[in-house]
Amino acid sequence: MNDNIVIRVEGLTKQFGNFVAVNHISFDVSQGEIFGFLGANGAGKTTAMRMLCGLSVPTSGHATVAGYDVERQPELVKRNIGYMSQKFALYDDLTVTENLRLFGGIYRMSRRDIKLKTRQLLTELNLTNERNAMVRSLPLGWKQKLAFSLAIFHEPKIVFLDEPTGGVDPITRRQFWEMIYRAADRGITVFVTTHYMDEAEYCDRVSIMVDGHIKALDTPAMLKQMFNAPTMYDVFLALARQATRG
Amino acid sequence: MDQPIVIVNDVRKRYRRVEALRGVSMQVDEGEIFGLIGPDGAGKTSLLRILATLLLADGGTATVDGLDVRRDYRRIRQRIGYMPGRFSLYQDLTVQENLEFFATTFNTTIEHNRHLIDDIYQHIERFKRRRAGKLSGGMKQKLALCCALIHAPRVLLLDEPTTGVDPVSRKEFWEMLFKLRDRHGISILVSTPYMDEAMKCDRIALTQDGRFLTINTPQAITSSYAKSLWSVRSDRMHALLDDLRQWPGADTVFSFGETYHVTIKNGHDSEQLRSHIAHRGHNDIHIERIDASIEDAFMALGDNNTANVTL
Repeated sequence: MNDNIVIRVEGLTKQFGNFVAVNHISFDVSQGEIFGFLGANGAGKTTAMRMLCGLSVPTSGHATVAGYDVERQPELVKRNIGYMSQKFALYDDLTVTENLRLFGGIYRMSRRDIKLKTRQLLTELNLTNERNAMVRSLPLGWKQKLAFSLAIFHEPKIVFLDEPTGGVDPITRRQFWEMIYRAADRGITVFVTTHYMDEAEYCDRVSIMVDGHIKALDTPAMLKQMFNAPTMYDVFLALARQATRG
Repeated sequence: MDQPIVIVNDVRKRYRRVEALRGVSMQVDEGEIFGLIGPDGAGKTSLLRILATLLLADGGTATVDGLDVRRDYRRIRQRIGYMPGRFSLYQDLTVQENLEFFATTFNTTIEHNRHLIDDIYQHIERFKRRRAGKLSGGMKQKLALCCALIHAPRVLLLDEPTTGVDPVSRKEFWEMLFKLRDRHGISILVSTPYMDEAMKCDRIALTQDGRFLTINTPQAITSSYAKSLWSVRSDRMHALLDDLRQWPGADTVFSFGETYHVTIKNGHDSEQLRSHIAHRGHNDIHIERIDASIEDAFMALGDNNTANVTL
């Protein structure tokens, strides 16, 4: 047993009628790791992620996240993770500080903590002058960075990022990854999906799902060696071409 | 040469305080794939909606197939196939019903223009009785393309057709576009936030903040990159990023997959760079002069004032 394992998945399966969306997947993720969760559309990534976040009950198999069982203790799982997706991250019609207060409240942070961390975060992001601005009025790049900071505002053990950089300009996309590095260096585990294959290179380990199965899981360097491929894009193509659904 | 199929001249659009288009001009030649490449909020959707006659510009003029977008909007709609960014087919109609609906709307039949969609439709034909809302992302995208083609348009306006789509499906989608261009001579104006897709276009406009940074062939854009660009790797990549940024000769340092792309200021060279990082304790140092990609070019041309917020 390794005490540093914060996500443990064993034979996790989800079936909708006859359709096996996630088929007996198993893997571990260690504390502070940046874990890339890749796959073609329809491979089962979203379904697997929803189970890990305690939002969907597995048909069979087990998973513990931050030490809690996703099936029996979903509320404790939710309290110990952060989540950000491209589709939902912030309330557009609340101000920057209102968003922070709302999320801090949801995660049961004390008023004092919320106040303290809000000041700290606004300074870090250079957003102090914009603190009373509606989130809607911020440039997209700022929003994405704010959304990530918000997802880890309550210092979760793990943060789930679902295509966090879609549609973002190239410079902001790189700054965003530098924020991910810093969070990982602080010990926060990062579980991330992306369709940008250069971003797969930034992960410590990468898993690739095809038709509900995990077909490959290793460091980017090892995967490239195994598939005799120059880039992660080629690794992905080699694997995803085997897919029959999607 | 024929008249360009799309002509955009000094088009402006403002939403309250946001200037979505700050006077842009471009032309799409007959039979080419023209890409609008840029992040969200660059103005791509506004321009496509103006050309699709769904939005009025505040200023400037635009024509599609020689017709004015303001005056001749009804005739333009017969000649364009528009695929909006959000899936906009009828979710509770089947695949076949959607296709029949769009064919009927344009006074034609599926059979009449079957040759145009055959290559694409064969991927989804086995699901023709499935409701559109129940299709996977890749299938929805193929159906939407079929519906945009069923009235045999002269030009396709595609708003981010590959956003959120995995690399394999994206590759397939581009192969379909090539066929439409090469076999059927359809002109295509397509927007995308994926910089790598720029290389698949005949010409592109790099778009940011309501402006075109440049318009040219992707090859011309990358080859006119003026800075001295180097790829750098070492055994300690996390530490290398900070060490590179602290070197006075480094102009910009950005991560690019498994390496960093560094531009070197005038008066400095790569040997100085090598000794700087060697002094900081790096081993297995690889430094190599490289050609710019579209993404390098975009970052060099772009206005970094908004993007470069200190973290």
